[in-house]
Amino acid sequence: MAMLSFERKYRVRGGTLIGGDLFDFWVGPFYVGIFGVTAAFFSFLGTVLIFYGASLQGTFNPWTINIAPPDLKYGLGLAPLAEGGLWQIITICAIGAFVSWMLREVEICRKLGMGFHVPVAFGVAIFAYVTLVVIRPVLLGAWGHGFPYGIFSHLDWVSNVGYQYLNFMYNPAHMIAVTFFFTTTLALSLHGALVLSATNPKDGEPVKTPEHENAYFRDFIGYSIGTIGIHRLGLFLALSAGFWSAICIVISGPFWTQGWPRWWSWWLDLPIWS
Amino acid sequence: MSTQINSSIRFGAIAAAALGFGMLLAGCQQNPPEATQQNGYRGVALEQVQSPKLLAKLAEANQAPEVVPPGDRTGPRASQVYQNVKVLGDLSETEFTRIMVAMTGWVAPGGVAGSDEGQGCSYCHNLNNMADESKYQYQTARRMIQMTREINSNWTNHVGATGVSCYTCHRGNPIPAQTWFTGGGHPKNLADGGGWLGANNGQNLAGKHVGRASLPADPFTPLIQFAETIRVTGKTALPTAKGETIAVAERTNALMNHMSESLGVNCTFCHNSRAFAEWKDAPPQRVNAFHGIRMLREINANYLAPLNTTYPATKLGPEGDAAKAYCATCHQGAQKPVNGAPMLGEYPELGAPRN
Repeated sequence: MAMLSFERKYRVRGGTLIGGDLFDFWVGPFYVGIFGVTAAFFSFLGTVLIFYGASLQGTFNPWTINIAPPDLKYGLGLAPLAEGGLWQIITICAIGAFVSWMLREVEICRKLGMGFHVPVAFGVAIFAYVTLVVIRPVLLGAWGHGFPYGIFSHLDWVSNVGYQYLNFMYNPAHMIAVTFFFTTTLALSLHGALVLSATNPKDGEPVKTPEHENAYFRDFIGYSIGTIGIHRLGLFLALSAGFWSAICIVISGPFWTQGWPRWWSWWLDLPIWS
Repeated sequence: MSTQINSSIRFGAIAAAALGFGMLLAGCQQNPPEATQQNGYRGVALEQVQSPKLLAKLAEANQAPEVVPPGDRTGPRASQVYQNVKVLGDLSETEFTRIMVAMTGWVAPGGVAGSDEGQGCSYCHNLNNMADESKYQYQTARRMIQMTREINSNWTNHVGATGVSCYTCHRGNPIPAQTWFTGGGHPKNLADGGGWLGANNGQNLAGKHVGRASLPADPFTPLIQFAETIRVTGKTALPTAKGETIAVAERTNALMNHMSESLGVNCTFCHNSRAFAEWKDAPPQRVNAFHGIRMLREINANYLAPLNTTYPATKLGPEGDAAKAYCATCHQGAQKPVNGAPMLGEYPELGAPRN
């Protein structure tokens, strides 16, 4: 595959975390690295096992394939393959693949002399996943508390877990997470609209500069966060959304077993008005 | 300068995060490990997660009282021995006395604090003439015994062989601790007009009887007393006709919150939330709850609500209605009232009247 003119500059040796020069090469435009190899291995194995699980289940309908975790009675032990064992191995494969990919990003960052923003951001997403299928199940004492791998089945899980706490909207960490998700989209829409407006002026007018963008927002809300600032803010909002999602589910069960509306009793019972 | 700003921002962020976490943990007194129970196929989260600490507290609060030793079932009937015995007349004299003794402990061991309504036997009886039915408590007790026998003989699809006694609801209180009046305790002016705030339709405040959610505070008047339809979901996956309004749906949600809180269980105890209305996917406990709702409708309509003319005005709710029963009246937070103590087994006198 032909290389772009500037690409050669980035194809530098070194920066690997382990293994030295082993796998320090590119296949076409893709850097391999030892973590590329492990990522491919885990992805392949996990995918094959999902297909095996689907064949045991007797459907290849992508909506209804369901790789369910074990019954609670297996606790934190291993379950037979057809009764949740597949879920356990696939979970290991998923975490192996995600973490491999993150470490491959770290190696690329090191090659390019960049900060680690991208792998750190991906790490927060992995953390949210690990919270669902490892941390919370371990705290509750059984792998069976993890969510099933299936398009419909995981929605059933989400619904039932929500209703275990009567009304999940009263979960304070869920409130924070939802707020961050919406704020992320709000910030992105403001930013996208601003950039598109600045770069697509009326016919005959020059493309606007960041100073123009700043002036617009100073007029609009009295403040402009600036060109770098908006990206820092976006990263913070997006990562906070994922982080608080993890918090809101890990406290549901391990640290709070009643309805979430009831949690607000501390507020309703404050001595100022009760 | 800029490092100073950066570090103060960083400090602020850390302080805010610490405060947030502190507030979260302040509300959480339930730490792992929890007691869990699976009620459906693996992976669909049909399960109960309960705190052993809270369960122990609940079991402690729902201890059964000591059983009064059973009496001789033979001999002359109470109706022949005593005057004016209109209910329980079918019992033997010792059985009758046994129930009277037990009732005293169940309902009025101490009477009402700060009132001159009497305590022990005198809470209901004129001690100079035990057959005198002038006290409203006496008339009420008679009706309550009939209700208890009705529940124990005709509502076994809800109470099973366990049955109920006065203690199931009363727990040593002349008036059961958990009852409801029309209005659900919300200020009436807010529900009706609310002035410049606008009417709140009886909701939007933390409802005492509905799990402290902002749902309608009194779903019981329409759904229990007037037996309106509880089911609000459509019968088809996609809407084919105009469905119920959100206000009506929230009323159902409020009743369901009440049931959950009263029994200390979550929605998935009776429902698979994939399809709430679906019986085929629902855990069997839902059948029991279905009969419980019908039982409440009957005993409220036939026994409790009509007592509004018997009670003194001070015992009535803001709308002039008598205190009525809902799930919490018996269950009081426990899946099985009084930890499932066999009330009818211990007091067969409270079963169907004998001939």
